[in-house]
Amino acid sequence: MHIVVCVKQVPDWDIPPSSFKVDEGAKKVVPPAGVAPVVSQFDAIAVEAAMRIKDADASTKVTVMSLGPATARDAIKNGLAMGADEGALLTDDVFNNLDSLGTANVLAAAIKKLGDVDLVLTGRQAVDWDLGVTGTYIAEIIGAPVVTFAKSVTVSGGNVTVERVLPDAVETVESPLPAVVTVSNELGEPRYPKLQQIMAATKKPMNTWAAADVGLDAGALAPKLTLEALYVPVVDTKVELMEGDTPEEQAMALARRLKEAKLI
Amino acid sequence: MPNGVLILAEAEGGEIVTVTKELIGAAQRLGAGPVSAMLLGSGVEAAAGKITGAEKVYVVDDPALAQYTNDAYTQAAAAVAQKADPAIVLMGQTNIGRDLAPALAFKLGTAVAMDTIALEMKDGGLHTTRPAYGGNARAVNGFSTTPAIATVRPKSQDPVEGGSAGAVEKVAFDASGVRTKVTARTAATSEGVRLEDADVVIAGGRGLGGPEGFAKVEELAKLLNGAVGASRAVADLGWRPVSEQVGLTGKVVSPTLYVAVAISGASQHMAGCSGSKNIVAINKDADANIFKAARFGIVGDFATVLPALVEAIKKVKAEG
Ligand SMILES: Cc1cc2nc3c(=O)[nH]c(=O)nc-3n(C[C@H](O)[C@H](O)[C@H](O)COP(=O)(O)OP(=O)(O)OC[C@H]3O[C@@H](n4cnc5c(N)ncnc54)[C@H](O)[C@@H]3O)c2cc1C
Repeated sequence: MHIVVCVKQVPDWDIPPSSFKVDEGAKKVVPPAGVAPVVSQFDAIAVEAAMRIKDADASTKVTVMSLGPATARDAIKNGLAMGADEGALLTDDVFNNLDSLGTANVLAAAIKKLGDVDLVLTGRQAVDWDLGVTGTYIAEIIGAPVVTFAKSVTVSGGNVTVERVLPDAVETVESPLPAVVTVSNELGEPRYPKLQQIMAATKKPMNTWAAADVGLDAGALAPKLTLEALYVPVVDTKVELMEGDTPEEQAMALARRLKEAKLI
Repeated sequence: MPNGVLILAEAEGGEIVTVTKELIGAAQRLGAGPVSAMLLGSGVEAAAGKITGAEKVYVVDDPALAQYTNDAYTQAAAAVAQKADPAIVLMGQTNIGRDLAPALAFKLGTAVAMDTIALEMKDGGLHTTRPAYGGNARAVNGFSTTPAIATVRPKSQDPVEGGSAGAVEKVAFDASGVRTKVTARTAATSEGVRLEDADVVIAGGRGLGGPEGFAKVEELAKLLNGAVGASRAVADLGWRPVSEQVGLTGKVVSPTLYVAVAISGASQHMAGCSGSKNIVAINKDADANIFKAARFGIVGDFATVLPALVEAIKKVKAEG
């Protein structure tokens, strides 16, 4: 069993909203000084899903793959420290400013290059663009079925069984392998690597591939969804805080205001 | 020549869901040519007749569509799109839309903008605005291919009012290529008012300290005939079911009154409740982000504020 987990490095999302800045000219987010990029939350959980399969069957091989700048190596290393076997970094100037479909084309080409892949895992969405489409695009490109929003992923006898979380239901979906599964936070927290594992990760094999290495040229990657503007929306509500020396007084003030506003 | 707007209609228990009416309203306002709808499912023909405001309603009625699977629905939707040849396809950002839209986009050789909140025609093409970076930013997108496909966030568009039923046309599809199957489904059970439809929502966050912290939240919800909501932190901790989660990866609510108790107001949470007409925040941290979106607020400890609020509301209500 060979599992590829696709991970994306993103600006740290866990910052106060007031320090979130956009360069409108460049249509890019400007991370606050000194805040390092991180692995997109759901992607680390996708690595966890792969590791649980490997826990059950030690012969499982897990490759962590990322498309991004040279720093994306850290996102891969994080997966290797969690217990993955190999890394693949896809980096090339022509990969800058791809749309999701372009990204999926590169990842799918690398997956095809690996050749023997049974299962591809991705996060349900990347926490920067929040589109939630890359996993599905990869599935379409490699001609495999996709199952989204997994809270558990198990494999047996050439099939994958996914518990799929929806807001009002949990579905059990079965699919033949090879397949693509996108993973949601309900799967649980990603394991925390020990120092020893972090050290060992630096010695694990990591391939670095450019467009030509996966047989793609820039023309095939022209965006179909174009980004025309990126900005921070203005919110201008003014909160009216309830005065009072005790919680009872504050609560009574609120109850009266709600009544005046015909809200209760 | 691709022309007009095709929307994906959804039915639940034989009735057309609200987001479908919102899509038809949005499609009409675009003024991008005739509006048509597609309804996919098993035994949905009667529901098709209830769709108003679309000139034509394409129906794919097949036992293979009784339960949603990406494979089956993508093939059915692609069959309709090929027949209708629209310039624009709109779906709700629903369980189905989220999963189906990218697969359909790929099949049609085009792209999709997910979870959009504003749509506009400019220079003959669709341009969409969508929240990105957990709601911290807005991204405006255009399309270099046809059809332009977008999913639309529930409650972001005004629904179509009235209008007549469209002409129903059946479309055949071939279910032989379906690879995945749903072997079990457990629906979440909820008592009282449905969260998405509730006019009052009382939502609790991690600051409540544990499931028992929700006792007063439930009491307040009952008193105001509202529904209980939760932050993702709370759902992840298992204090409340996922079905109560409000936010980017949970439900979108837009009640008249949204009371956020011990919720910090992260942008991903606000993505699910910022359409509320009135937000009330109760939080012990005066700098919490939730106060930036709130109309009324109390800075204080929920443990003392909530019981006092329940009593105060009872008293004010009794005054008539
Ligand atoms: C891609 C992505 C998607 C996400 N989707 C969602 C989503 O759909 N919904 C969602 O909610 N979150 C979502 N999140 C998570 C979100 O970023 C926040 O982590 C989460 O909303 C925090 O929940 P919280 O406000 O309950 O907890 P915290 O952020 O821990 O806030 C707790 C609050 O309680 C207050 N408090 C503590 N004690 C008391 C007390 N005694 N009395 C009064 N107040 C008190 C604190 O001041 C604090 O403001 C998502 C995150 C990502 C990255």
